[in-house]
Amino acid sequence: MSTLKPEVSSKDHIEGSDAASITIVEYGDYQCPHCAHAYPIIKEIEQTFGDQIRFVFRHFPLQESHEFAFQAALAAEAAALQDKFWEMHDAIYDNQYRLSEDLFQELAETIGLDIEQFEKDIQTDAVKQKVEDDFESGVRSGVNGTPSFYVNETKFDGGPEDLFEMLKESAE
Amino acid sequence: MLEKGTVAPDFELNATPDQKIKLSDFKGRNIILAFYPADWSPVCGDQMALYNEMLKYFSKHDAQMIGISVDSTWCHNAFQQDRKLHFPLLADFEPKGEVSKAYGVYDDEVGESKRALFVIDKDGKIAWSYLSPTAVNPGADGILNALEELEKK
Repeated sequence: MSTLKPEVSSKDHIEGSDAASITIVEYGDYQCPHCAHAYPIIKEIEQTFGDQIRFVFRHFPLQESHEFAFQAALAAEAAALQDKFWEMHDAIYDNQYRLSEDLFQELAETIGLDIEQFEKDIQTDAVKQKVEDDFESGVRSGVNGTPSFYVNETKFDGGPEDLFEMLKESAE
Repeated sequence: MLEKGTVAPDFELNATPDQKIKLSDFKGRNIILAFYPADWSPVCGDQMALYNEMLKYFSKHDAQMIGISVDSTWCHNAFQQDRKLHFPLLADFEPKGEVSKAYGVYDDEVGESKRALFVIDKDGKIAWSYLSPTAVNPGADGILNALEELEKK
């Protein structure tokens, strides 16, 4: 059974309460159709369970299969430097059907980023390193495709619907 | 299935219609042999695509990734181009499954290789092996752990 390496820390993007009893980590790719499919289901899980769960997203861009995946991950990390990681994350999935090189700047404007800063940040080594570190942690954690989910640091063998079902059952 | 410590049987298989690759060609490097059931089936594509993305982690450990299935070189070529794979896929095609059988990972009933991983060290010995359920993509954490163990020696 594969486990999450390294564990969730302040370096991660975390949505929800630290007091939550369940932590869900997703390794995702912004150009992956299965991840886009998972995105509203994760939202529904977050709404259903509220403070009981927290959600963490780590980048796992499959660059050879998806030409915009890495750039999209950089855009999310650059937005994070302006405290708008989740706004960019959501905006990219909402607009996945029209992903292109020019989309990220448009989204940056839409979510209200300082564009000049964003354009600078997206090209830095630090932002690139963050995405690569996430990818490497996924390799070490046994990610075998996107999306891959971890529940309290143990790999969950199933898709987002299965995850929702499992959480509902364990809440009963 | 051949276990840790066994000398990896040498073989020579076609990587392209006119190029053959021998296991012993890679002596002095670590080798990852990934046997898989077939090109194109969705699970396999995932596994090979995944390894393709991870090549730089393998090369950090001076390891060469090699995929093997019973598909022909023409089929491998098309699959490789479609998925933009940057490592060789060998055709265990004639006599069918001979190398898979030598490694103990041939499924006689379906006539395909099982989904199995071998890490072979620089001296040509099997350092780690793993048989995955056919429907499950095993990821790469086991491979990386095995390569790291080798480096500690």
